[in-house]
Amino acid sequence: MRRLGEYILFLKKMFSNREPLTTYVRLFFQECINIGINSLFLVGFVSLFVGAVIALQMAYNIVSPLLPKYIIGLATREMMILEMAPTLSAIVFAGKVGSQIAGGIGTMRITEQIDALEVMGINSASYLVLPKILAGMTMLPLLAILSAALGIWGGYLATIFGNLSPTEDYIYGIQNTFVPFEVPFAIIKAFVFGFIVTSISAFKGYNVKGGALEVGKASTDAVTASCIAILAADFILADTLLS
Amino acid sequence: MIEIKNVGKSFQGKEVLMDISATFEKGKTNMIIGASGTGKSVLLKTIVGLFSPDKGSVLYDGRDFHRSSIKEQKIIRGEIGMLFQGSALFDSLTVAENVRFPLNIHSDLSESEKDDKVNFYLKRVGLENAAHKMPSEISGGMQKRVGIARAIVMNSQYLFCDEPNSGLDPQTAWMIDQLIHEITQEYNLTTVIVSHDMNSVMEIGEYIMFMYRGLKIWEGTKDEILDAEPKELQDFLFSNKLVRTFKGI
Repeated sequence: MRRLGEYILFLKKMFSNREPLTTYVRLFFQECINIGINSLFLVGFVSLFVGAVIALQMAYNIVSPLLPKYIIGLATREMMILEMAPTLSAIVFAGKVGSQIAGGIGTMRITEQIDALEVMGINSASYLVLPKILAGMTMLPLLAILSAALGIWGGYLATIFGNLSPTEDYIYGIQNTFVPFEVPFAIIKAFVFGFIVTSISAFKGYNVKGGALEVGKASTDAVTASCIAILAADFILADTLLS
Repeated sequence: MIEIKNVGKSFQGKEVLMDISATFEKGKTNMIIGASGTGKSVLLKTIVGLFSPDKGSVLYDGRDFHRSSIKEQKIIRGEIGMLFQGSALFDSLTVAENVRFPLNIHSDLSESEKDDKVNFYLKRVGLENAAHKMPSEISGGMQKRVGIARAIVMNSQYLFCDEPNSGLDPQTAWMIDQLIHEITQEYNLTTVIVSHDMNSVMEIGEYIMFMYRGLKIWEGTKDEILDAEPKELQDFLFSNKLVRTFKGI
């Protein structure tokens, strides 16, 4: 509970006595490149294969001749949009970006770079963390959209190369009984996960005390805490928005 | 001039600073000395506002820093420059960008004026040829000089140095000491240096304050320090061979 209180105070600190908004514009775009564009390949690669594997496993499980083949496409779409794209992207994001944020800010803490910012009269929490959080909340939804598209495409490729079903069935499956709300639902989830990963990782890095060993531990803790928070938030959002 | 009045600070019930008062005059190299763990760095961080004192006050030319509004504190911070023990240069910025950083935050100068100022101060610390290098590409002594340039680029009135020559060879340490001393006199700064290096004290110390276990035990000049009476100070001083040589013992 104490850590939670510290986390809330840390978030509050970012908005009190912050720098002029113009200061953050350049930093925001820089962070979008750092944490968003640089995650493109990994998220894309993982999503493509996850979509392909979902299609393969669905085909493997359809043993009854009464079950239509288009279910492969339908299940791939549902799993990718509802769960895999936002949640898996967030977990990959936590592993790659979360550890990078915690490590980077933690190193700045132990090498007194954060103290240097404070002595210059800069709100270090706001200056260092706010652009990262805003970039995370912007880029993760975009990555999730890309992830869903690539996952569904991965399933399509698996259908072709694995000869799982006629491609027309797969295309029919991904269109059949589509609920448009699932897309904004996935985007909302990714938006929340983006906040969770960046803020928790920054909090862990910002509060590092000690040396290089503690920075490494903060990076690991950031990933662990982010993953737990993502899964908890995933359940709460699904329960709240889909019920 | 900086005055600290009855400053006290505790961490988790342990008193680290006890009722410390001192006056650091303008144009002088003021030094806070003492063994490791005596509260020197905590005192320095309290003076520059990184820690809030539990009691007492810190006055910058009469302005009570810790009781000022955030806006007033920001004005005072604009007049403060600090050289950290490990230089604390921003890893992702070049030498010139590091020096330029405070100007980007606090100054309304045009880009070319900022460039001129950065070049002037880099030249002042003898690093005009290292402007485009990254901090990781230069030596520890050069990093300290960049730290000094960054600390004074805003026309600072107050310069704080936390163990400025730690980790440096004696010749480079001497050079850094001399640079700080010259800059203090050249720009009429109020300079406060935390150190446990007696070579620095004997070279550039004009006002010296000795701390022991969170208390101010003694204050005076480098001419008086060798004859100072407190046993704690004597023990500290005469553990150094150079000082024993000075004293002839």
